[in-house]
Amino acid sequence: MPRTNRSLVLTAALAFCLGGPVAAQISDGVVKVGVLTDMTGAYSDLAGPGSVIAAQMAAEDFGGKVLGKPIVVISSDHQNKPDIASTTARRWFDEQQVDVIADLVTSSTALAVMPVAAEKKRITLLSGPGSTPIVGEKCTAYNVHYTYNTYAMAAGTGRAVVQQGGKTWFFITADYVFGKSLEGDTSKVVEAAGGKVLGDVKAPFPTTDFSSYLLQAQGSGAQIIGLANAGADTINAIKQANEFGLTKKQSLAGLLVFLSDIHSLGLATAKGMYLTTAFYWDRDDASRAWSKRFFERHKKMPTMVQAGVYSELMHYFAAVKAAGTDDADKVMAKMREMPVNDFFAKNGRIGADGLNRHDMFLVQVKSPEESKYPWDYYRIVKTIPAAEAFQPPDTSCPLVKK
Amino acid sequence: MIQVLSGQLLIGLINGSFYALLSLGLAIIFGLLNVVNFAHGAQYMLGAFVAWMGLTYCGVGYWWALLLTPLVVGLFGIAFERLCLRRLYGLDPLYGLLLTFGLALVVEGIFQNAFGISGNSYPVPAALQGGTSLGFMYLPRYRVWVVLVSLVVCFGSWFVIERTRLGAYLRAGTENPILLQGLGVNVPLMFSLTYGYGVALAAFTGVMAAPIYQVTPLMGSSVIIVVFAVVVIGGMGSILGSILTGLGLGLVEGLTKFLYPPASDVVVFVVMALVLLVRPAGLFGRQR
Repeated sequence: MPRTNRSLVLTAALAFCLGGPVAAQISDGVVKVGVLTDMTGAYSDLAGPGSVIAAQMAAEDFGGKVLGKPIVVISSDHQNKPDIASTTARRWFDEQQVDVIADLVTSSTALAVMPVAAEKKRITLLSGPGSTPIVGEKCTAYNVHYTYNTYAMAAGTGRAVVQQGGKTWFFITADYVFGKSLEGDTSKVVEAAGGKVLGDVKAPFPTTDFSSYLLQAQGSGAQIIGLANAGADTINAIKQANEFGLTKKQSLAGLLVFLSDIHSLGLATAKGMYLTTAFYWDRDDASRAWSKRFFERHKKMPTMVQAGVYSELMHYFAAVKAAGTDDADKVMAKMREMPVNDFFAKNGRIGADGLNRHDMFLVQVKSPEESKYPWDYYRIVKTIPAAEAFQPPDTSCPLVKK
Repeated sequence: MIQVLSGQLLIGLINGSFYALLSLGLAIIFGLLNVVNFAHGAQYMLGAFVAWMGLTYCGVGYWWALLLTPLVVGLFGIAFERLCLRRLYGLDPLYGLLLTFGLALVVEGIFQNAFGISGNSYPVPAALQGGTSLGFMYLPRYRVWVVLVSLVVCFGSWFVIERTRLGAYLRAGTENPILLQGLGVNVPLMFSLTYGYGVALAAFTGVMAAPIYQVTPLMGSSVIIVVFAVVVIGGMGSILGSILTGLGLGLVEGLTKFLYPPASDVVVFVVMALVLLVRPAGLFGRQR
């Protein structure tokens, strides 16, 4: 990128002219990114090693340097445990000069690291987690919730499905906080759009055999069966719904489904399902070009979480460059000021609460016959504009009231 | 109401068949070798994965997989018994438990590293696709097949061990291996084959489960705890006990899923606690 380099030299020269203190604006002489993610557990396919690769690509694509100082990417496995996540974050901040932590898949780990980062005035860029309290009562001034949240997923799918005629719903819900909030968010949207919730069943987490719950869903006579769960639970529920012939008369709506889930299910099983996503690799030329480069390194197409890690870091580097410093307050201000418009997200704006509100996409899973080449999985049904996709700023976040 | 209930009971019976098949293997290994085989879940996972690999890489279909997979995984079990497990006979069963637990962790770790966490889909074989409507529920043909096969395999195994000469040797070997060896029976070989058979049963169950559940590296660890509870309730080492308890607990679980779903993952352990209070040796176990 010759242009970047030239402007870099220019900035460096300018900084030099302005005198000593400005040249030292990058703390410790390095911009250090820590990717803290689930490397081996339940979310390692949708985030994990792919997120680390995305972060490395971002560092390389930015030229390996910001304001003349090298970018270094390190990573660690938080094993989805909040205590491990917060201890690692503390060590990174105190001993290893980490400036920014990216990904933090699993909301509990994000919520554990955010206060540590805020206390040390370092930035967290969340791509993997989905809980809404992250930008609500638990919000911090040094956090960006970049890729998606459960509201955006649930609202997008819920509203669109009702508009397509799916008026009556039954939920199969994972029996813990995440599942219940997913169901709650979706129910509200469904009812607001004129739909009706006929009932629900709370399945223990995790569950491998859903036949019993599917039978109850079938008995409800609802047109749409909402799956308020994630990961392996969703995969098994979809697989068994097919087996029990549910999909002949009723349709499934996955409320939190990733590309990696569809890949492992196969199109024959997942076909026809509606879902909402922040990113699809095959959406346009820019997303295809980036995703193909990613594929060469990871051997899998990127999920929205992995693409989000790349995009959020590019945005961060650009903000550091624009601010002329890696001082967290100034960089956060720049990140909020600059719109996000790249291969990943269109019309993105980071609010005072830290939420990146951008366009989302309602997609339908293709059938094996429609799929023309490997990873050709989604048909984009519609673009959900940013204002509609995400909830308005939550006043329970103290930063919003100001 | 009655209709919904019969649907749930039927589903309970289907799940019970899986429990019965898995706990049978565990019970045979414990009853005859006195080894608590914690690797049983990993061996079940291996069965599903070997079937999936056969289909994906070599084009080996379901029916051949049903035959070949238990052989392959069973041989792996025999090799493990010969090389490692054998050295722990006669020691406290805790050593065997630790060794097999370690094996499970290693095998699951390797598969997780190689295949990721989301796993892979295994299709239902063409001949068993579809199903019939019973009025109160839609019954997939494959699930009927699971129940029938597991009943045949379970009671077949029970018959061989409890009612034939071979079974008599096996039981005698547990009671007094030295005496049996003195009578000219190759006891070490018999032990290897017994462990191999237990492992093959786990792998067989894995193949049976592959078209229903996602084939993932951790599919075994999620089911193994329940299966251990089944074996404990049935009476450690009692073969008939583990079969009947497996089926029975499937039914109890099915009922709970209908009456109060949030309790369905603990009901097995509640039953276990109650049974142990009243009969410390389990329902079909003998006091030692």
